Amino acid sequence: MTRKPVDTGSPDRLYTVTGGRSRADGFFDLVTLVVSECRPTPGMQSEHARTLELCEHPTAVVEIAAELKLPITVVRILLGDLLDMGRITARHPPPTRSAASLPDSDLLKEVLHGLRNL
Amino acid sequence: MGSAISELPSHRTPLADAAETGLKIVVVGGFGVGKTTLVRSVSEIRPLNTEEVMTQAGVGVDETGDVATKTTTTVAFDFGRISLNERMVLYMFGAPGQERFWFLWDRLFSGTLGAVVLVDTRRMDDSWYAIDRLEHHRTPFVVAVNRFDDDTVRHSLDEIRQALALPEHVPMVDCDARVRESGKNVLITLVDHLYELAMAQEATP
Ligand SMILES: Nc1nc2c(ncn2[C@@H]2O[C@H](COP(=O)(O)OP(=O)(O)OP(=O)(O)O)[C@@H](O)[C@H]2O)c(=O)[nH]1
Ligand SMILES: [Mg+2]
Repeated sequence: MTRKPVDTGSPDRLYTVTGGRSRADGFFDLVTLVVSECRPTPGMQSEHARTLELCEHPTAVVEIAAELKLPITVVRILLGDLLDMGRITARHPPPTRSAASLPDSDLLKEVLHGLRNL
Repeated sequence: MGSAISELPSHRTPLADAAETGLKIVVVGGFGVGKTTLVRSVSEIRPLNTEEVMTQAGVGVDETGDVATKTTTTVAFDFGRISLNERMVLYMFGAPGQERFWFLWDRLFSGTLGAVVLVDTRRMDDSWYAIDRLEHHRTPFVVAVNRFDDDTVRHSLDEIRQALALPEHVPMVDCDARVRESGKNVLITLVDHLYELAMAQEATP
């Protein structure tokens, strides 16, 4: 199954960027922090190179999307490629809670502390 | 913009290298209620904008899954962030409350700590749907009333609670989305609420 992101400016280019694939698994959360494991290499796909530059410091998936001006779905696919090639690592958010449960209180206490100190 | 400055490095402020835990909360509310303003007032970065595309099968989709029969909708949202400490960073998303947006809730915001429903008392109807959806997704939330200067009828929080048929256990707070301390207070109200809920849950075996 293929998908053309028809309303994102230059659909053909985007289609090329993601190699025509449309499936991005749920591996990358919006706030998963991505870190580069290597420098961009000459001839590398420009979106890959740009991502590696951005992620020299930890960078959330959603920030990468905003900087590259690409939809989240497309960025998830790009990141999947880079991960498969061992060029990035991912720091995931705490495990997704089930519908009715909450993150543990220790974590929330740390968040509160951080907010109060702003 | 002149080409001479187009190669300037972007003014991104990177996270600390020790940053390892990204957390998120969502600010939902009707059109023009002050979502972006609230995010901006508490964020350490200028709010950034991004989007997600949603593909739906069109009416009468054929078995071959022909691309032409699918429709694609784009939902845009903005976000800011707060570094809570060297390791933890909190992302705040300003999300439109309208219907099509909720199709993307799970893909974008599953695992969110909680939500802030931002309310403009002059257009309270816009809040109904968001509250209903959050309850449906079992996402804990607080209601923040953004007080606009030109709102002449200043309803009390109790009146607003009545109007929204909001249960007693949902915290409500007044705010001025433009003011940092006020925005901060909204976030603290939410996380305080989450903390209480988590403590209560941990106390029951
Ligand atoms: N007087 C007053 N004006 C406000 C307040 N909050 C926001 N505004 C103004 O209201 C307008 C809309 O605010 P936004 O933050 O853009 O609202 P929004 O919810 O992000 O709007 P959309 O993304 O377009 O739905 C802006 O001109 C703000 O300056 C407030 O607390 N008081
Ligand atoms: Mg906005």
